[in-house]
Amino acid sequence: MQSLSRREMLALGAGGAVLLVTLGDAAPALATPAEAAAAIDKFTAGKTAEQGKITIELPEIAENGNTIPLSVSVDHPMTPDNYVSEILVVTDGNPRPGVALFHFTPMSGRALAATRIRLASTENVIVIAKTNDGRLFTVQKQVKVTIGGCGG
Amino acid sequence: MAETPRTKLPKDAKKGEIIEIKTLLPHVMETGFRKDASGNTIPRKIINKFTCEFNGKPVFSVDLEAAIAANPFLQFTARVDESGTFKFTWIDDDGTVTTAEDKITVS
Repeated sequence: MQSLSRREMLALGAGGAVLLVTLGDAAPALATPAEAAAAIDKFTAGKTAEQGKITIELPEIAENGNTIPLSVSVDHPMTPDNYVSEILVVTDGNPRPGVALFHFTPMSGRALAATRIRLASTENVIVIAKTNDGRLFTVQKQVKVTIGGCGG
Repeated sequence: MAETPRTKLPKDAKKGEIIEIKTLLPHVMETGFRKDASGNTIPRKIINKFTCEFNGKPVFSVDLEAAIAANPFLQFTARVDESGTFKFTWIDDDGTVTTAEDKITVS
């Protein structure tokens, strides 16, 4: 573990404060971009992901945030020694940043997954893919949401 | 109460073919953020894990969060090199495990 610089310590402190507020608040506070960034950092172990290689299919405008079709795929081989092992989906405006973590194996055939998600408001959906040898790719897309889907 | 899952995949395929699989489990996916009429928080109850195995080997799995819509639908692919059985498993927050199986003939 590296020692943290003062600046990093301050950033961690701020993140912790946000978390406390979220937990303590009776009404669920929305996740901040900082929380989304923290979730991403955990996944990437602090490394920077390359832009591209991922296709996200999401509507530009969603009338109902309760069920929004999402499809993600990565243009990458799926052979036993070179494959996409994980795809993380996070958002920066839901009560919690996490949406789903997909795990793939070479038997998956393709790095592709589709589901239906909830979005509380107009926000960004961020997708990060990790290969078995630790390479990272990312793409994000904004969805405009008319009626939020997280209740409250 | 465990509901009956729905799964869809081809009955047969050619060796090495990549097939498409769709699954759906009827489930509320209660987020834990909503409140009832008297202002009490409705406790979280979601499917938090889904796995797909083929002949006992892992193919695909998902860690699901509250941001997955009710009646979690999942679509993914699998490469089939031999005949066998797909086993699908859904795990609820309360520990309920729902499973489904589908056979495929590979020529």
